[in-house]
Amino acid sequence: MSMMLAAATLAVLVCVVLALARAALGPTVFDRLQAANTIGTSAMLLLALFGFLNGRPEFLDLAITYGLLNIIGVIAVLKFFHQGDLGAAGAEGAAGAEGAAGAEEKR
Amino acid sequence: MSFLIDIASALCLLAGAFFCLVGAWGLLRMPDFYTRVHAASVLETLGADLILLGLVLQAGFTLVAAKLLLIGLLIFFASPTASHALTRAAMLRGVTPLLAKQGEPSSKP
Repeated sequence: MSMMLAAATLAVLVCVVLALARAALGPTVFDRLQAANTIGTSAMLLLALFGFLNGRPEFLDLAITYGLLNIIGVIAVLKFFHQGDLGAAGAEGAAGAEGAAGAEEKR
Repeated sequence: MSFLIDIASALCLLAGAFFCLVGAWGLLRMPDFYTRVHAASVLETLGADLILLGLVLQAGFTLVAAKLLLIGLLIFFASPTASHALTRAAMLRGVTPLLAKQGEPSSKP
């Protein structure tokens, strides 16, 4: 049974490597953010699997904490980049109706 | 009975690992930001929850299983929300889909 756990752990580690490659390559900042989100989810899975692999399920508390930090971090960085872009001229001109809807939602 | 639970848990873990690999491979190989998000969502919902389901089957009816379900619930709600916020921000920023025609929106907002 621990064979399966080791296989799943290895697969999740490969996922982290692939997402890291996308974070290094990604042309836009959103690609990097998506890769960071994926790495965070993979880290939660890795913590849970590692706890089971070592017979110490206490690692699950760390996984919960990591997940909460992950979602807050992604939303915070996203908001930072969005607000940092509001000063640029015509940045939201490409999508007029969506920009209006977004501004309405932000209020 | 324990043997059957072990088999089901191993199947869930293997399927979850498979979907995780597919999602990460798609995240690396897809040509476009929106398709990359689509691929990564496979990892973050199906792969993650299948792996957690396999671990729940091994944990049995204990506090550990409750914590695993909490993690699964967190992933299940938080990561589609993050994906939605990401694609929305990219759309507002003006990242166009690869196959979108010039000058007309690829989808209704």
